[in-house]
Amino acid sequence: MSAFTEYLITGVARGLVFALLATGFVLIYRVTRVVNFAQGAFAVFGGLLTFSLLRAGIPQGVSEVLAALAVAVIGLIFGVITIAGKIPLLSSLIITIGLAMLSEAIAMLAWGSIPISYSGLAGHDFVILGAVVQRQYLLVLVVSLVLFGSMALLFGRTYFGKAMTACASNAYAAKLSGINVKRMGLLAFILGGALGGIGGALLTPVEPMTYNADVSLSILGFAAAIVGGLTSPGLAVAGGLVFGLTEQFVSGYWSPSYDTAVALALLIVVLLWQARRMRLEGLE
Amino acid sequence: MKLPAVTDVPSREEVVPDGALLATYDLVVRYSSAVALDGVSMHVGRGEMVALIGPNGAGKSTLLNTLSGIRRPAAGRIVCRGKLAHVPEGRQLFPELTVEDNLRLGAYRGGSRDPDPIYELFPQLHGLRKRRAGGLSGGEQQMVSIGRALMANPDIMAVDELSQGLAPIVVSDIIRHLVALNEEKGIAVLLVEQNARLALGITSRAYVLENGRVSKEGRSEDLARDPAVHKAYLGGQVGQ
Repeated sequence: MSAFTEYLITGVARGLVFALLATGFVLIYRVTRVVNFAQGAFAVFGGLLTFSLLRAGIPQGVSEVLAALAVAVIGLIFGVITIAGKIPLLSSLIITIGLAMLSEAIAMLAWGSIPISYSGLAGHDFVILGAVVQRQYLLVLVVSLVLFGSMALLFGRTYFGKAMTACASNAYAAKLSGINVKRMGLLAFILGGALGGIGGALLTPVEPMTYNADVSLSILGFAAAIVGGLTSPGLAVAGGLVFGLTEQFVSGYWSPSYDTAVALALLIVVLLWQARRMRLEGLE
Repeated sequence: MKLPAVTDVPSREEVVPDGALLATYDLVVRYSSAVALDGVSMHVGRGEMVALIGPNGAGKSTLLNTLSGIRRPAAGRIVCRGKLAHVPEGRQLFPELTVEDNLRLGAYRGGSRDPDPIYELFPQLHGLRKRRAGGLSGGEQQMVSIGRALMANPDIMAVDELSQGLAPIVVSDIIRHLVALNEEKGIAVLLVEQNARLALGITSRAYVLENGRVSKEGRSEDLARDPAVHKAYLGGQVGQ
């Protein structure tokens, strides 16, 4: 029972981090129609920058916020490179892959190739149903829920959020209404960067961050986002939880060697389901 | 202003009077190497209702997109002495958003975001205000599209292919509203229509656009009697 509880809680926490990355994917895709494969790099920078700021003596919470802000700026730079010109969507996707590779090179030069970690939320671990759970997971849960709630409010209740949705829904009509679609796209990259940065800062204490962790993070974030067709933040969160739990249960009850493989197999199933759903919707 | 009868290839001085609410001067728009608009000069006066007719690919929608700033002209000049709102071809709503959200986004440039005046104009939209715009009928969508443009509190509305894909009875109803807006609120209308009979029937002046150029202009009733216009756009001989 304790092992099950531990896998469950760890899976939920990791799933929420994937969901943060997935929400970044969804946000950027909804506004710009660009699939940003550099999303994982935002998390890597979030974790590594927090580490450097902590080493500089800056308090933990401040370090994490500063790192998220810095990654938001990186998001803006990526956005400018990806969407500022009249670049076809397919080329934009390739550019994001190129930016992810560039990010890996920069991260390796700046932080080296040794996995990096730091202490999470201070205080003793706590026990739930016989399982010892790190306090950092509690922070992941609270911060993620606050962020998801804020995103839901932004898009569901605010005029500004509706204008962002309008850009994704019909960019031409949005322009006719006076919405600056390009500026909204850059804002989506900023928010996507911040979400990724926070995800990385939250994940690094429980899973050491490496310069090349962006590949697996991007794949799992994308997998979670694709559950909602890259457009539904709610389904992306559900997808993140499914992939986080799958990974943990496979790793715990079977072998850590297969966790990513099973998660990717699940991605293929989701893609096939999505393709079938889209075909059926097209036939209606 | 005394309007000339139908004229061919008008000179710039004749077509762009100083008091125009909207005017273009020798407007040129290119798509790569293709010329979509080739020196278009036209104008719309305050409170005027003007039609723009022509075949597919003549440049009508390009002209509206250029007037509303979506497309940049390669040459020429646009003067607009008021606020222009564009009702685009195909309605172009935000399908995931509700009717009310669609309307409110029409006021993005500023002004009141209260959609009540639009519900007074189109009462049936009030009952649909919480519905997603993508699920409405074509006529209802066209009302939302016009309502969204009206939320910008415009002096002139550029309406592109209003009748496209709609049943005649729905078109009549929407046209009635458009004419009322023009007559009661003084909103000028530039109406782009494939249905030339409809466009010439409700406007006072019209331009014929062919191959990116204004080939004819004049009073709508005169153009409707012009043999060439009649044959090309009204489907037969004058008097049929």
